[in-house]
Amino acid sequence: MELIALAFTAFFIENVLLTQFLGICSFIGVGKKRSSSLGMGLAVIVVIVLAAIVTWTIYNFVMIPLQIEYMRTIVFILVIAALVQMMETLIKKFSPSLYKALGIYLPLITTNCAVLGVALTNIDQSYSFVEMLVYSAAIGFGYLFVMYIYAIIREKLEYNPIPKAFQGVPIAMVVAAILAMIFARFGGII
Amino acid sequence: MTAKENFFKGFIKENPLFVQVLGTCPALAITKSLENAIGMGMALLFVLVFSNLLVSLVTVNPKIRELVMPVRIPVFIVLIASLVVIVEMVMKAFVPVLFETLGVFIPLIVVNCIIFGRAEAFASDHKPLESVIDGAGMALGFTLAIAIMSLVREILGAGTITVWGEAALDLHFLYDFLGIQPIDMFLKPVGAFFTFGFILAVIAAIENAKKAKLAAAAVKGGTK
Repeated sequence: MELIALAFTAFFIENVLLTQFLGICSFIGVGKKRSSSLGMGLAVIVVIVLAAIVTWTIYNFVMIPLQIEYMRTIVFILVIAALVQMMETLIKKFSPSLYKALGIYLPLITTNCAVLGVALTNIDQSYSFVEMLVYSAAIGFGYLFVMYIYAIIREKLEYNPIPKAFQGVPIAMVVAAILAMIFARFGGII
Repeated sequence: MTAKENFFKGFIKENPLFVQVLGTCPALAITKSLENAIGMGMALLFVLVFSNLLVSLVTVNPKIRELVMPVRIPVFIVLIASLVVIVEMVMKAFVPVLFETLGVFIPLIVVNCIIFGRAEAFASDHKPLESVIDGAGMALGFTLAIAIMSLVREILGAGTITVWGEAALDLHFLYDFLGIQPIDMFLKPVGAFFTFGFILAVIAAIENAKKAKLAAAAVKGGTK
């Protein structure tokens, strides 16, 4: 039951894009088209979960015994960069079609704050292994969900007359504000 | 480009937040009070000045440059991350409350696009001194931008201006005088997106007006 609450909170109430503001760069850039938002979202889910597992394990079984917790920022970013690089090579080798779909988004993910942010949050909240898995997966799916809805709205916006000053990023921000308003209401459920 | 132009280009012409739209995550998340914005700006100033200096130092010598350039991304990441760890430790020791409020966004300076962007676009092919000036200008430009955002959000949302700790200005008398309440929404995520969107729209409107004026002037000049 607690795990369900945790997943619900991570998915809706503390949505990574609309409440925590992690990964906004990709939100503005990639959230223009449905196909690319889907590709980016899937890639982010895989990387967030894998990175969370690896960083959580390293932190709890290597860094705490050695008392080098203060090194976590350096270690985590290197782990994530290496992980993304490895994934890219593996996917390229074993599944060229998947590489075609996700390949171009993978390099972007290293600097996606959502990945490092979730890895750090897992540590700050001292989640257990299972909680960490549930939280990271829920955050990843929440990212995909909001990204996709956002892309649908922005595709429709293309056909609407928008004041000249609001074209591009400003109107995208106003749309995000309205989405954030909707998601904030989910807080009343729990 | 003179040193002065190099320094001031980050403020308006190439403002990292409002013109290049980089570093949006911290700009939306921590602009609830002016104090946060100043703290974040100072942390970024330290990291950006020193990362630009170090990046420029390791790429200025042609021989070392040859070694570094093929593996520059991991090298830059380690340099930046080390600087961020220093900032984390200093802030934890001297401004623990602010460190707590800014939370995960201090370690996340590592993946801030402004820092990597400046390393790639400027510091890796300019002299150390120029790179330091560029870094300082860009970081102060970013600080200015988030300070404007947090001023709008804090005045409208909380009715105060918190400069640093106790040094705060209470504007509630103004609200009482007008007989209205501060709008809580501006302190919520909704307010962050709205404020950012409207500031960008205002800037775009000014740009458009300038362009229209220039175009009109050109037409006038042509007919003469």
